[in-house]
Amino acid sequence: MTAAPDLERLVDRAGILVCCGSGGVGKTTTAATLALQGARQGRRAVVVTIDPAKRLADTLGIGSLANTPIRIEGDWPGELWAMMLDTKSTFDDLVVKHSTDDAQVQRILGNRFYRNISGALSGTQEYMAGEKLYELHDEGRFDLVVVDTPPAHHALDFIDASRRLTTFLDHRLYRMLMTPTRAYLRAVHLAAQAFVRTVSKVVGGEVLDDALAFFSAFEGMEEGFRQRAEAVQDLLGAEGTAFVLVASPRSDAVAEARFFAGRLSESNIAVAALVINRVHPRFTRDHAESERERTRRAAGTALEPLYTNLADLRAVADGEDANLVELAAQVAPAPVTRVPLLEDDVHDLAGLDRIAGHLFGR
Amino acid sequence: MDPTQFLRASRVVIVAGKGGVGKTTVSAALARMAARQGLSALVVQVERTSSLASLFGRPPLTYVESMLAPAAGTVGEVRGRTITPDDALLEYLEDHGLRRISKRLVSTGAMDVVSTAAPGIKDILILGKVKALERSGAADLIVIDAPAAGHAITFLLSVRGLLDAVRVGPINAQARDVLELLTDPERTTVVLVTLPEETPVNELVETAFSLEDRVGVSLGPVVVNGVYPTVPGLDISPAEAAAAAGITLRPGDEPALSAAASFRRHRQVLQHAQVERLAELLPIPQLRLPFLFDASLGPAHVDVLADALADEVVRLPDPVPPAGAWCR
Repeated sequence: MTAAPDLERLVDRAGILVCCGSGGVGKTTTAATLALQGARQGRRAVVVTIDPAKRLADTLGIGSLANTPIRIEGDWPGELWAMMLDTKSTFDDLVVKHSTDDAQVQRILGNRFYRNISGALSGTQEYMAGEKLYELHDEGRFDLVVVDTPPAHHALDFIDASRRLTTFLDHRLYRMLMTPTRAYLRAVHLAAQAFVRTVSKVVGGEVLDDALAFFSAFEGMEEGFRQRAEAVQDLLGAEGTAFVLVASPRSDAVAEARFFAGRLSESNIAVAALVINRVHPRFTRDHAESERERTRRAAGTALEPLYTNLADLRAVADGEDANLVELAAQVAPAPVTRVPLLEDDVHDLAGLDRIAGHLFGR
Repeated sequence: MDPTQFLRASRVVIVAGKGGVGKTTVSAALARMAARQGLSALVVQVERTSSLASLFGRPPLTYVESMLAPAAGTVGEVRGRTITPDDALLEYLEDHGLRRISKRLVSTGAMDVVSTAAPGIKDILILGKVKALERSGAADLIVIDAPAAGHAITFLLSVRGLLDAVRVGPINAQARDVLELLTDPERTTVVLVTLPEETPVNELVETAFSLEDRVGVSLGPVVVNGVYPTVPGLDISPAEAAAAAGITLRPGDEPALSAAASFRRHRQVLQHAQVERLAELLPIPQLRLPFLFDASLGPAHVDVLADALADEVVRLPDPVPPAGAWCR
């Protein structure tokens, strides 16, 4: 049952740990704990969080968006750094990096359609998390990068994001419109324009003007973006990168975790470890029947509520175990580590320390 | 308050909350509660991953309505369907005589460009469809299992944003209609769901204020999900209780009973503190739903929660200010 040595080895050897799973299962806390453990094991670790609870962010000193890691001092042989991902400025940096000149940068950054991409296009946050991860890994300042991922409630997820966004930026519709009007393409071109006219009738012309202005300004940068996206993609599949699946034992969270594990395996990525948070404690391992018998015997006495409570908590522990059987089998041989339901929310290093105690059996 | 009066306050109820707080379960319980009051209910799921249908022991929902729980005697029916943006868009285009381009719009990826150019367009299509359902009287109560918050806020805020981006044309008209629907307390109520825990409570309070200030929707009672039912008599030591009952405890039972009782008492204290904190931060009535000691839920659990919800509504003061009075 105990996965401590496996997880320790993972933290020791991996260059990148990606924590994934659905919302509300403690992904951010798990990511922060893995980075803390990295520092404990002498590594230069950084954790990139997406949307940390405010109090945790405040104690880690990353309450405001800085988009660069901040060092957290502490009594460990390695280093611990943390940052909160700023999707927009990460994207801005990418634009600057791949642009040919200042004017192009200005045209893009000032475009309304571009500003919408960071806020509205699904997958942008995932893409930028991947980009940041690549950048931090590539810099060489850190030997362990732990990244928290946005909640995976869309069919689209972290591993597909970079491919998807490049496809978007390399847009076919736009290319059709902008293709030099060589005679044999003229028919296609005209059809496309008619199509765009119809679309703009529905959504209004300004909207499409913004979009076309963006694609026009973006021209020439697609290749740089595509290459980078491929590099991120390769890094996610590389040997030193490990995916840690985080879930809670309730049936809906387990169903989402299984869906996610399936998506990973379709991309030929194995789950390196499974962390189950919010597990109810188990107080008894007796046969359920003999326990029910004792509960019946206590009926009407002062012992009744005590046995009833024991039975309630046993029922939930049994149910959680049952929920986890298939998930554990699906990700086997990944080690499974359980973290019990905690008394308080984690918002400081002492809290992370308690979780580390459960994760690493200290 | 009389549950029927509560359920009749607005035809559309949007159930929203952070991931993992049990939004889908609450949506199901609310629909079932309506059915048990003799009303017909339609549950709309806007995210594909939602486990709504399985709560009723049915196969996953589709864009075509299906029966989740048929009417029986005085109990009304619960139906369910999805409204996904792609399907809603196709329907919208067909209704506007644009059937020919609808397929191309999706297959060329133009939809992605359009929805990035005008963020919120997908949400408008979903809410526009909800509006059509409301107008056609599809059910006495339409329950929307909203996307997980932050997305819930964007989901509802998108309407105002879109009105700025698209100033003319059919989408603009659609957005206006939707805004009217959302901001009319007699048509729409938003029910926020949380767990009695620190972070979910904080997020709920933030969401409540944003929705009130920025969208202008009317907030119904807050649902606090997963509250441990109080068991009196857990303070006594197992040895004492056994002595009083004249029962000899088996070895091992005493520490187990004692540890389990202390765990439960402690959780109850923690939860109670969070519920109180929520009440202080947000002066909206609370409906508390019990934690169910089963790790997977089905139709029987939905019934238990529907009953609990009805009991909580009855407990609300009467006459209650109309839903949303607090925020107007």
